[in-house]
Amino acid sequence: MLILHCPCCGIDAAEIELAPGGEAHLKREGPGSSDAALETYLFTRDNPRGVVLERWRHAYGCGKWFLAARDSVTQEVYGTYAAQTHAPPQEIVDRITARHPGWTGAH
Amino acid sequence: MSTRLATGGRFTDRGKQIGFTFNGRRFTGFQGDTLASALLAGDQLLVGRSFKYHRPRGIVASGAEEPNALVGLGQGARFEPDQRATTTELFDGLVAESQNHWPSLAFDVGEINAKLARFLPAGFYYKTFLWPRAFWKHLYEPVIRRSAGLGKAPHPEVRDADRYEHFHVHTEVLVVGGGIAGLQAARNAARAGAQVLLIEETAHWGGRTPVDGGRIDGREPEAWVAETVAELEAMDNVRLRLRCMGAGVYDHGYVLGYERLTDHKPGAPGPRHRLWRIRARQVVTATGAIERPLSFAGNDVPGVMLASAMRDYVVNYGVAPGDRTVVVTNNDDAYRTAILLKKSGLDVPAILDARPMGGGALMQEARDLGIRVEPARGISKVLGGARVTGVAICDQAGGGSMLEEIACDAVAMSGGWSPVVHLWSHCGGKLTWDADGAFFRPDPSRAPTGADGKPFLIAAGSANGHLGLQEALACADGAGKAAVEALGRGFEESPVPRAETTEEAPLLPVWLMPQGARADLRMKAFLDYQNDVKVSDIQLAAREGYESVEHAKRYTTLGMATDQGKLSNINGLAILSDALGAPIPQTGTTTFRPPYTPISFGAIAGEARDAVFQPLRRTPMQDWHEASNAAWEIVGQWRRPYCYPRPGESRRAAVNREITATRESLGLLDASTLGKILVKGPDAGRFLDMMYTNMMSTLPVGKCRYGLMCNENGFLMDDGVVVRLSEDSWLCHTTSGGADHVHAHMEDWLQCEWWDWKVYTANLTEQYAQIAVVGPNARKLLEKLGGMDVSKEALPFMTWAEGTLADTPARVYRISFSGELSYEIAVPANRGRAFWGKLLDAGAEWNITPYGTEALHVMRAEKGFIMIGDESDGTVIPQDLGLHWAISKKKEDFLGKRAQQRPDMARGDRWQLVGLETLDGSVLPDGAYAIAPGKNANGQRNTQGRVTSTYYSPTLGKGIAMGLVIHGPDRMGEVISFTAEAQDETRDELTTVEAKIVSPVFFDPKGEKQDV
Repeated sequence: MLILHCPCCGIDAAEIELAPGGEAHLKREGPGSSDAALETYLFTRDNPRGVVLERWRHAYGCGKWFLAARDSVTQEVYGTYAAQTHAPPQEIVDRITARHPGWTGAH
Repeated sequence: MSTRLATGGRFTDRGKQIGFTFNGRRFTGFQGDTLASALLAGDQLLVGRSFKYHRPRGIVASGAEEPNALVGLGQGARFEPDQRATTTELFDGLVAESQNHWPSLAFDVGEINAKLARFLPAGFYYKTFLWPRAFWKHLYEPVIRRSAGLGKAPHPEVRDADRYEHFHVHTEVLVVGGGIAGLQAARNAARAGAQVLLIEETAHWGGRTPVDGGRIDGREPEAWVAETVAELEAMDNVRLRLRCMGAGVYDHGYVLGYERLTDHKPGAPGPRHRLWRIRARQVVTATGAIERPLSFAGNDVPGVMLASAMRDYVVNYGVAPGDRTVVVTNNDDAYRTAILLKKSGLDVPAILDARPMGGGALMQEARDLGIRVEPARGISKVLGGARVTGVAICDQAGGGSMLEEIACDAVAMSGGWSPVVHLWSHCGGKLTWDADGAFFRPDPSRAPTGADGKPFLIAAGSANGHLGLQEALACADGAGKAAVEALGRGFEESPVPRAETTEEAPLLPVWLMPQGARADLRMKAFLDYQNDVKVSDIQLAAREGYESVEHAKRYTTLGMATDQGKLSNINGLAILSDALGAPIPQTGTTTFRPPYTPISFGAIAGEARDAVFQPLRRTPMQDWHEASNAAWEIVGQWRRPYCYPRPGESRRAAVNREITATRESLGLLDASTLGKILVKGPDAGRFLDMMYTNMMSTLPVGKCRYGLMCNENGFLMDDGVVVRLSEDSWLCHTTSGGADHVHAHMEDWLQCEWWDWKVYTANLTEQYAQIAVVGPNARKLLEKLGGMDVSKEALPFMTWAEGTLADTPARVYRISFSGELSYEIAVPANRGRAFWGKLLDAGAEWNITPYGTEALHVMRAEKGFIMIGDESDGTVIPQDLGLHWAISKKKEDFLGKRAQQRPDMARGDRWQLVGLETLDGSVLPDGAYAIAPGKNANGQRNTQGRVTSTYYSPTLGKGIAMGLVIHGPDRMGEVISFTAEAQDETRDELTTVEAKIVSPVFFDPKGEKQDV
């Protein structure tokens, strides 16, 4: 059972306090988008064996969404960060690349 | 025979006799006995029948690894199946019965399976019961169900008499296992000032060492253990728990402990079991090692036992499992058993040592005691059926030709030891093959890692493959210090305790005895006692292509069931490797999964039963509903009145009465559970235009609008009436079950997508009591209460007003979910109960009738209003339900708009909403499918629609239904067939009922009743 630090309220929250929200940093495709782009947005997930950037909601806490960079194999957590971003902050990227040289992100 | 010795027994108190029964027969044991030791003391060798062949089985082990001695324990509300006799502490009045036998343990009909063993090979069920198909239901399945499964489940109507609880604990260091390794590791961590929790699954500290002997720091191991425990108990930063097993290790240092508090004194005050939910920064697993059986023919005959277990019974309980014991081994450790037995005055006719040159110093000691030692020999087969009468010995190198028969009544076997690596493996720790010891051990370079990417688990002592006393102590000493270092604490250098023990000669891996055993011997050489898996079964699985160890496991059932292969895994794996011609490490192990041994469902549930199973949400009027004999419907965490039956009235009759009273005069509904979400801010209108399919930004203040909410996949998610409260605020009503979900959905989009939009949401669901006043006399009632103008002119349909009704601040919404003149009135929650009472009092002259959810459902169905969860199921788009009018064509975007443009959403043959009327007026079965001509590719009948809502309408005096039917709206008047309940369930034929496709609006199609 994971423990993730909620960057909004500052609590180290156990997984039972959290609700998962799937892959982070998806680009929304609305009207006018191609079928292929829509399919990617709705259904195509990287689901990598390794570094995942993912959404969590502190559902039984402050109620806020945040993002986490986690290794899906080792459960190492490289950091959590605000949901109001388009990419992980540099310090988290540095921690990831220290462990996974050449990592270029999920997309 | 198996008997109690005149003296001895570390754990037993011979001054305290304890009476118990086994299969109805009375026995006595001593305080401190286990059920297993007491049965052995009473010469009860036969304790159960095996699962598949119903072979007689006896006690093999002395601890958690026991595969055979499973009993049904207790009676009535305290009955529990599959309890291990070896870990059941004896108490006065204990009642146990053996399992898998019929009609009796001594004479069992199922034993015929053993005679048929050659016809019941690996994968037998898969191979035999394929055809014909119809035989499954009536022949194969009933027979398999009767004979499958271990033990019998408690009676479903009997409630567990005991209480259970959860403990949430944080600790810096958790040490699992209270043997010498666990104690040494805990002591080092504790001395450095770390918070330490030390748990031990048995009732005793010290593990095996006091039985196996040697000296630690010049003292008897028992004295060293007592001293160490005393030191730990005196420290404030240490907690110790006996009878507490480390059940599982999970991500980020989460560990489950399973404490059995009153199993040894049933009915004592307090909880029976306690589940420890532990967060540990560092975990030390000092879980010991388990001795392996040897695979020879008849190794399952009662009287054949692990050599170490035999020592345990002699030393710990003063019980000798036999008078004449042959010891068979591939290592030096088993000589300790022979030496102990001899010194206890018992006969040891021979030690059969499979190693060509025998053993080392311990062999010499045995010989000096006059014991016959036979190197390079093994057992060809065990003689005897219900108990051992002798062994046929042979050359280990041969095919099993008998050299000599030796009479004996017990066999002590040792095939070496396997570290208990379960906890290490649960959370991803990897193993490495130790060729010298012939076992898998933890690979410290691939330990389970935590959130920081660093190892959080350290294996110590024999659990880490260090079987020798000195090596185990040194390993544990280092583990305790490493845990402290990982916490960032310093520690004072201290010497490793010094052990004195006899040097041992190397072990020789022996996976089959004799090495070239003939087929008839291999068919009697059991690997997995609990699942009756033999050497020949694994070899057959390999021949049939089950090369992966995980496949071979499932095909043969090796390592399944309650013991999860604690004795059998390595032996089975070695046989498989040999059959495949691949080395053992390459073949690999099956996955170790929690729990280490079965834990009770009670412990998992903890306090979560009955009233506290889950939170119960109560509306302000709940006490009135309870006092009014409401029948309940569960809606999320709410309990809503389904109807209010009067004395002697059926539910059906109550629902019909409530509907008729409402349609004819006046009804009252507690609608407080309806979700109420306030959406406020400069961008609130823009936001709601995205949330709903229709336009909400243009809704004038004072007006209400029905809205649909879709997810990004285009599917209908929720619906409800949206109210414009003011220029910058809207109140969104949601379904009763959907409020939290919808609120979370809104927050998701606000926080994660449009975070620059100025919008605030608040879930106000529980802040208001909401009451629907419904029926032709609804207006008269509100006028009688007084305080607000509720006339058609002042408060037209789909508007709202704020004011005071009967001296109660109220918001009145003119909305209708029944098709009647209807007002939904929201008052502050704390005024709700009083307001409900005022309505009832004032409404008496119109026969005001509270109605429940079923009347609500029937009335909405009579009007053709959809219900989320009935007409929608996560695959239905609003267009399927004829709700095009609620989907804005002007808006550029809303959630789901793009997805609804996909070809599959626009194709013409989607199932669409219609009304359905049976030709005979009956009520269609819920969920029934409309059948179509022909069959699909799988030979199943084609379908063309299904029933989504179906009721008896008292208003119309017949059954009414809604359903989704292909091209439905274009097929008005057509009659189609629906599947119906068969009259005779045993006959496999289709019963149908005919229904006509009609408009879904059955009642008042022009809406004249609601808009008055």
